[in-house]
Amino acid sequence: MLEIRFHGRGGQGTVVASKVLAVAVAKEGRYVQTFPEYGVERRGAPVVAFTRIDTEPIYIRSKIYEPDHLLVLDPTLIAAIDVTEGLKPGGWIIINTEKKAADFPQFKDFKVAIVDATSIALKHRIGSKAAPIVNSAILGAFAKITGFVGIDAVRDAVHELSPVKKDENVKAAQEAYDVAKAPEEK
Amino acid sequence: MKTIAKTGNEAMAYAMKQINPDVVAAYPITPATEIVQIFSNYVADGEVDTEFVAVESEHSALSACVGASLAGGRVMTSTASQGLALMHEILYIAAGNRLPIVIALVNRSLSAPINIHCDHSDTMGSREAGWMQLYCANSQEAYDSLIIALKVAEQTAVPAIVSTDAFIISHAMERLEVLEDEEVQRFIGEYKPRFSALDLENPKTFGPLDLQDYFFEHKRAQIDDFSKVLGTYNKVAQEYAELSGRYYPALEEYKTDDADVAIFTAGSTADTAKEVVDGLREQGRKMGLVRMRMWRPLPVEEIKAALGKFKAVAVMDRSDTMADFGGPVFLETRGILYDAKKKPLLTDYVYGLGGRNIDISDILRVYDEIEQVVKQGKIDKLITYLGVRGEE
Repeated sequence: MLEIRFHGRGGQGTVVASKVLAVAVAKEGRYVQTFPEYGVERRGAPVVAFTRIDTEPIYIRSKIYEPDHLLVLDPTLIAAIDVTEGLKPGGWIIINTEKKAADFPQFKDFKVAIVDATSIALKHRIGSKAAPIVNSAILGAFAKITGFVGIDAVRDAVHELSPVKKDENVKAAQEAYDVAKAPEEK
Repeated sequence: MKTIAKTGNEAMAYAMKQINPDVVAAYPITPATEIVQIFSNYVADGEVDTEFVAVESEHSALSACVGASLAGGRVMTSTASQGLALMHEILYIAAGNRLPIVIALVNRSLSAPINIHCDHSDTMGSREAGWMQLYCANSQEAYDSLIIALKVAEQTAVPAIVSTDAFIISHAMERLEVLEDEEVQRFIGEYKPRFSALDLENPKTFGPLDLQDYFFEHKRAQIDDFSKVLGTYNKVAQEYAELSGRYYPALEEYKTDDADVAIFTAGSTADTAKEVVDGLREQGRKMGLVRMRMWRPLPVEEIKAALGKFKAVAVMDRSDTMADFGGPVFLETRGILYDAKKKPLLTDYVYGLGGRNIDISDILRVYDEIEQVVKQGKIDKLITYLGVRGEE
């Protein structure tokens, strides 16, 4: 079983990102479970969501404390909280950032990949200038870098779940998929 | 049959869409979840023929449902927590008038303090209202159970509550298989009410004053009809299994045949406990799980037979009776086992109130302790409040 944790801020589409991944995985015929950690929801506050993926039915329904991989939708969270808490060594950390993977030496026990999802979202005018919605783009990058889910399924799921600007969201996912590349093995 | 990914809320709203009720009356504001909001999209998009009545409170929601059901309609609603508490008065009126209304419910704790996370206090507080109660362990089951419950309710003239655990199921998305609309319609069939307030050729009086001379006979008849629900349920669940390939017994047993001890619990925790049981069996520890799915009416003989074979059983209750005697499942299970020929040592773990997370390690601890009870042949602590700070 794969266990994945999403970190974002309220309003960025973090919970929707976890649901898009779930729909994509289900489309590929695997079992999936995704759930947010609900506290007091407000714009800008740190948000966490979780996804489990398996080829067998999933029975466990407790929280995920030791995820295999992370998606970080907002890079400012890295300074604010310990995003790697419980993360298994060697796991992927996929970060939405303008920086390079090498700019995150603190994550040396993990595999870091970056995608500038904010720029891609702004280019396709998804969300507002002040608060672009980056979930479609980061999932495109996730599909490319990890190979855990196919881009076709991600595109279909993005189209299905985007409340507005469906085509723009699909394009953002595809663009992130095209530009993202995994860093070379050390 | 097609495979989709949906949250528990979406799965229940989708089942409601396929049932296509005549009337849905609801108050779709927290503590209700988004079930009715999602359903109202189906109404707005013309995907159902339902008359959607937005009212000003849950008391009015169920009152409008009672009116619509008396008029002979197929009627559904949805609520949670305080919403069900506010419906409490009308729950009895719906059941006493034999109206097969179905509520898609999400189990949330009752105030105070304010909390909208999972426990079973809301439905357990309504267990004497004369409604069938089904507790579901996942989205698939929630979807399937609404369809089954509607048919049982209409055949027995007993209303039904189908519930899921707040957030853990209601807001968690997972893969499930759904039937085609026509398959659901064929399965539930046309609703033929026994009476209708709109039948002007045969006028009837509904809900009249009924004093010392006949009230008791009418209540006794209601209790008698209620006792037939389990039999009808078993038949309908079998029919549903033939249609869908998924069978849901009133009481589910998991790896119990050769087990000395078991946990007896409900809802999503039972699914997590299955994972724990599998792990224990890999270590050679033979432990089982019994899942309470139907809690009204009580499947008395099934519980006696299922639990009677263990040396010890730990009940896990997600609510408390405020009787200073643990949770309702424990209390009623002790009553059921009182005259059983073979009965286990029985302890209670009240857990997860207000959505406190229940982990694999919590469930493992319960299995460890219940194993210890068997070794000692006696119970040290009858009721435990699992994982409460300052308790242990």
